[in-house]
Parts: sequence; C-alpha cells; structure tokens
Amino acid sequence: MATFQPFDVIRKSASVTSTPEPNRATEVVKLIDTSKCIGCKACQSACLEWNDMRETVGTNVGVYDNPHDLTPNMFTLMRFTEWENPKSGNLEWLIRKDGCMHCEDPGCLKACPAPGAIVQYANGIVDFIHENCIGCGYCVKGCPFNIPRISQVDNKAYKCTLCSDRVAVGQQPACAKACPTHCISFGTKAEMVALSDKRITDLKSRGFDKAGLYNPPGVSGTHVMYVLHHADQPSLYAGLPDNPRISPIVEMWKGVSKYAGMAIVGLSAIAGVVHYMLAGPNRVSKEDEENAEKLAGGKS
Amino acid sequence: MTTHDTDARVRVRRYSGLARINHWVVAISFVLLMLSGAALFYPTFFGLTALFGGGQMTRWLHPWIGVALSVSFLGLFLRFFWANLPEFTDFVWVARIRHVLSGHEEYLPEIGKYNAGQKFVFWSQFVLVSVMLVTGIGLWDQGLAFIDQTFGFVPTIDQRRWAALLHACAAIVAVTILIIHVYAAIWVRGTMSAMLSGVVSGGWAWRHHRKWLRKEVGRRISPAE
Repeated sequence: MATFQPFDVIRKSASVTSTPEPNRATEVVKLIDTSKCIGCKACQSACLEWNDMRETVGTNVGVYDNPHDLTPNMFTLMRFTEWENPKSGNLEWLIRKDGCMHCEDPGCLKACPAPGAIVQYANGIVDFIHENCIGCGYCVKGCPFNIPRISQVDNKAYKCTLCSDRVAVGQQPACAKACPTHCISFGTKAEMVALSDKRITDLKSRGFDKAGLYNPPGVSGTHVMYVLHHADQPSLYAGLPDNPRISPIVEMWKGVSKYAGMAIVGLSAIAGVVHYMLAGPNRVSKEDEENAEKLAGGKS
Repeated sequence: MTTHDTDARVRVRRYSGLARINHWVVAISFVLLMLSGAALFYPTFFGLTALFGGGQMTRWLHPWIGVALSVSFLGLFLRFFWANLPEFTDFVWVARIRHVLSGHEEYLPEIGKYNAGQKFVFWSQFVLVSVMLVTGIGLWDQGLAFIDQTFGFVPTIDQRRWAALLHACAAIVAVTILIIHVYAAIWVRGTMSAMLSGVVSGGWAWRHHRKWLRKEVGRRISPAE
C-alpha cells in the first residue's frame, strides 16, 4: 500500500488566513460494505485497542448495540436495525458501522472556534488536534452525522481519526485490518469507488436492485463510504441521513451573523464618533444650575 | 470632573451605594463576557482567550460569568423596574428624537427618572440577557447536565444549533446597545457622576430629568454646602 503524506493540512478550523493548498495528495477512502457485515464488532475492539481506549461495562437493555451510543472512547459503533422488507416480506438485519464520515466539506471544522483544533489533511482525513481543542462542543453542532463526543475527563472532543497515524506509515485503519469479512476496505478513492461498483453490480444481480454507494453530495462527498443494499433509503440504517449537509442554521451562525455582527457593532461605534463631532457634548448650562437652585431654594 | 459640577450649588442623589455596586458588577461581567464571547465568536479575536488563561479556561469561565451577570442583572431589573414603566411622554420623546440628538431638550416634555432611550436600554437588555441566559445554558455542558438532572430535558442538536445562532445574534445586539449606553453617558456631560459618586448636579437634573428633580425637591434636598 502507498503512503499518503497524511500531515499536509489543506483546511484548518477558525483561521482567517487561508491555508496554502499543497498539491492534493491521493485521496483515501474507507469503504464499508454493509451487505458483508456480520456484526462481530471486531472493528470496535480493534479501534479501542489501537487508540488505547477502554469503554466501561454497560447494561444490557435488549439491543445488540454496545455501547448504546458513540462515546468519547468509542469512536465507532455497530448499529443494528431489524427491518421487514415490505416487498419481499423478509426480515433484514441491517448493520451499519457508525463513525466519522470524514466529509470533504466538514461541518465540525466549519463550526470550530479554536484555530487549528480541527484540520483536514491533503488525503481527505479530518482530524481533531487535541492540544488546540477548547472543549466548547461547537463541532457537535456542526456535524451533520452527530459524531463528535466531548470527554468529561479532559474536556476535549473525540471521534474517529481514520487512523491517521497508521495511514501516515502506510498502514490501513485498525478496523479495516481487523474485519474478518473484508466488509471494511481501505485504499485510494479511485480503488474504493471501483470496488464499490463491483459490489453493487453483484448485489443488483442478487435482487437488491436499489443497491448503491453512499457518498453524499451535500457534504461534497465523504472519505468514509457505504455500500448499501437499499441506497434509496439510507435512513433505514439506524437513521443514516438521507441528504446530509451542513445545517443552514450553522451556515448562518458561522457566516452572515459574523460579518453582519461585526458591521453592526462597528457602525454603531462610528455613529457615536460622528454624532459627537456633529452635535458636540451635551453640557449643562449655567441657567440650568440657576433654575435648579431656584427650584430647590423655593422649596427648602 | 466637569466644570458644572463645581459650579453646582444643588446636588441631587440619584443612585444609592448598593445600586452603584450592582451596576458595576453587571458592567464588569458584561465586558468580560463581551471579550471572552468575541474570542469564541470570530477567529480574529481568539487571542483574547489569553486574558482568561487560554481557550479551555475561556470556555469554562464564560458561562459562569454569564450566571454572575444574570443574577446581578436581575438585581438591577428589580431595582429599576418601576421607574422604567412606559408612559405617554416616552412617545413624545421618541417622536422628537431629532431634538434629542441635537441636544435641544427645551423642545422635549419634562422627563421623569428615565427617558424613553434609557427605558429602551433597560427593557432591551432585559430581553437580551434572558435570551442569552436560556440559549447559553443550551451551549453549556455543565448547564445542560444540570437541566437534564433537574427537569429531564435534553435539547436536540438542532435546538443547540438554534441556541448558538440566537446567542450570537443577541450578543451582537446587546453589544450595540452597550455602545449606545456608554456613548450616551459620555455625550451627556455630568452623567458619569451618577454612577460613580451617586450624585448629579441640580442643573443636570433640571436639564435632563426635570420631572424627577421636581419630585426629589418635593421630598428632600441636600445643598452642596
């Protein structure tokens, strides 16, 4: 496998000066083929192992999801959905490995107020640089997939790094390496799209005529892609967004409100200066004081 | 401070010591919130986090200063509530805003303790502080944990996005009104002493708040000597 020059930054959070764009390195993609997943959670174990994280033992509430949600320690999570296909009458077990999608247009990066706390590398990986993170949780609001989690231990945001440190030395992500069914593949974008085409053709030949690739254009594509048997209904897969995009509320908050806000505050300050120059200070006159004296004198 | 102060034979008490302390607690909290908030609002101002001990500390402190402001603002609100109720002269004042801005107060009706502009500052800051308190809790991890424990309410991510947007918008308007408030205190000479020493000159009261002065004279008067 090729190395991917992973630490060339092409985007950086909260930075007004634009990052000089290096030649875009080969973009990487992790392809998750939901049709091949057996729900063994080897990916979750490998993720905890590689990142040296431990998740506390939880309680069984009668679902397979374990832990019940992504946490600051658990960067990836198998989400299990039982779905009765109305066409075939079959009960289908849809298992999706949830985690950061590594959006080409990352909402977390857009929302982040701390310079350089979130970066996007030239290979497409979106990474949190923890020493710059201030723990404000804006990334949680920016993310269209509800992925980042804030640690109560060190007040920093955590999510899947796409094993940027492994990729840097030519290794594939830990989850892909651990996957026993080759459901998770890792490689260049071109390789992965070609692989997905093969898989989709195969699935279509087996009756999944709506099989397709999940690479949502609303976030300019992602560097984690899914092969879905029902690509026409992504939300079947434990609420995978059908048309994810950076929320317009976040766009307003991070866009027009900033410029309009600075303009309004700046203009009001200028208005004050102009008014002072035109009207001059509003001074109390001698007559005012005399009138007050008369008023007070008459009374006391 | 200004010349008329020394000329003034009549001085009128406008604010008690407690009212002034209350005002300055609100003012200092407001400025600290403005600086730390600006640091989190726009990358250009992120350097302001250094004043608060870095990004993590700024993120941690800002909500607590917000709580301090909310509590102290409530004090001011209760203290000045009755004097800020709208009355007919407020509409006349607004209709003649041209004369207000040009300093021709002889064309204005006699004003009580507060004019319509001051009442506007009072009520708009009341609304804005309330909005920022509610939306601010929605952006605050410890605050949300408290709300979850007490009321069992956890806002959705979309609600938190609205909270972030509204918080920023309310802050912008509040800062603009602060600028108007501070500018008015600078422009109208003799005003600062009301909040510094608690006392204004009789002439100041005659010129800007004659109705209030008449009431005060009726009650008690303390000559300067």
